Amino acid sequence: MVQNIIDVKNLSKSFDISSKEPGLKGTIRHFFRRQTKKLKVIKDISFEIKEGEIVGFLGANGAGKTTILKMLCGLIYPSEGSILVSGYLPFRRKENFLKNITLIMGQKQQLIWDLPPIESFYLNASIYDIDQFEAKKRIKKLSEMLEIDEELFIPVRKLSLGQRMKSELLAALIHEPNILFLDEPTLGLDINAQRNLRKFLQKYNKETNATICLTSHYMKDITSLCERVICVHEGSISYDGKLDQLLKKLSPVKEILIVCRSEDDATKLENFGFTVKNKIKNEITIKIENNNITSSLKTILNNFDIEDLFINEPPIDEIIGRVLIKKNYDF
Amino acid sequence: MLEYRVEIALWAISGIIPFFMLNIWTNNNLNESINMSDLMLSRYFLCAFFVRQFSVVWVVFSFEEDSLMGKISPYLIQPLNPFFRYLAQHLAEQITRFPFALIIAFFFFIFNPESIWIPNLGILVLSIISTFLSFLIQFLIQSIVACLCFWTEKASSIERLLFIPTLFLSGLLAPVVSFPKYVKSWIYLTPFPYLIDFPANLLSGNETNISGGLSMQILWIFLLFPLFRKIWSKGTKKYTAMGS
Repeated sequence: MVQNIIDVKNLSKSFDISSKEPGLKGTIRHFFRRQTKKLKVIKDISFEIKEGEIVGFLGANGAGKTTILKMLCGLIYPSEGSILVSGYLPFRRKENFLKNITLIMGQKQQLIWDLPPIESFYLNASIYDIDQFEAKKRIKKLSEMLEIDEELFIPVRKLSLGQRMKSELLAALIHEPNILFLDEPTLGLDINAQRNLRKFLQKYNKETNATICLTSHYMKDITSLCERVICVHEGSISYDGKLDQLLKKLSPVKEILIVCRSEDDATKLENFGFTVKNKIKNEITIKIENNNITSSLKTILNNFDIEDLFINEPPIDEIIGRVLIKKNYDF
Repeated sequence: MLEYRVEIALWAISGIIPFFMLNIWTNNNLNESINMSDLMLSRYFLCAFFVRQFSVVWVVFSFEEDSLMGKISPYLIQPLNPFFRYLAQHLAEQITRFPFALIIAFFFFIFNPESIWIPNLGILVLSIISTFLSFLIQFLIQSIVACLCFWTEKASSIERLLFIPTLFLSGLLAPVVSFPKYVKSWIYLTPFPYLIDFPANLLSGNETNISGGLSMQILWIFLLFPLFRKIWSKGTKKYTAMGS
């Protein structure tokens, strides 16, 4: 039986936030009587993640998904509740725990700006007690997987965003962590770079059985990497489960565009009893429930002379978008 | 690369306050009041320049920026305290400064050939140790102030409060011996005279209590280090990883 590697119970996090009115008056008032309020950004959440799982955290901006990742990796201290990651309390930042995890933030970098990435790799190798020979081997292996080579010897500031991101990933993985926390790792990358990064993460997960917790606003990252998603809405979990189950539940029908041989056939089909979305000349779009697709298509093909047929999946962004604004999904 | 070389040269030149002070002291014959000959004074300020070159610290500014921008986040989850990175940066810069400091000293001797002296090996070694201890004291003081970023977000303002006593009491502007006796006795209880005055006097061959000075430096390190650890441990609990 696969063990839980992350165990979160009744976790909450609050921040003290100060606010200031605009203008000189507001500034003076803010200086003498600063007004702060406690903002609860994570509200009593619980979940478990099994070893080797890739879990996507979905949520609108400010929903709290990055805060959850920061608490899981021990960067910030939880206000209430408990977190156990790989048997450790993350915030204690024990050496063995830190050697087991990594955090990659799309908009933050750890590479030394003025030096080539290779220098940062060897520095990280020393920090993680990896000897030169082993470090060289790992750098070679990871650079092959990430398809970077000459870039290793060019100062970071001269690299493109995609090359930099790959180098960041290499720096973050040189100690071969078992748990990866990725906060929008594909942010700002072009389509090819995004695809390569996803391929790399899939391969890394497959080869090392690493657990990956991921946040991303790109649905393609989530759909191609994560079987399971945790949707966060205003600091609470609104859905925790399989992604395909969520999609099925939220989008129970498929749209089918049928191109008939004649307009008469299209009219006959319109009156056959299907839910029709629209009809333009010999083209008709009908809606069919997911569990009736096969039988309905059989009926159509047997009874009508059809030129062409297209099954349209509803846009995933649209479905997920609906999830992000709803408080609770209980299936 | 040219801009880097110029930047390094500017770092070294920016530390020439002791030479200005030497000029003020000798032109106004102020040294007579403290029983220091021109020669002793010029060697003192040259040594103050050297000590300053190898003990200058700016960790509070780097840490403040990194902390407020969330740049220390990746370093906080590595099995090495991020302050070791800053320490390494400082040491690397000191090595880079060395040839430029030698060039400045060379020109100083050209204009003041009577000041040339060669300290004996024992004194040289003790001076290097003392300068390094001075650097550690300053690094620890600034690191403690830097940790206040976790509470105030603008720790460099607090550091500026410390800058004034450091400037006046460390021996950078005037040897501590020039202060009135009563004030001096108080100054020696603070860490400031052990930052520049003591190592500069040691290196220049002026009369100084070597064992007492080194002991005080070590004592301050022993006092400051646990304080830093405590504040660091409390501060990281307050860290919000802003900007990331």
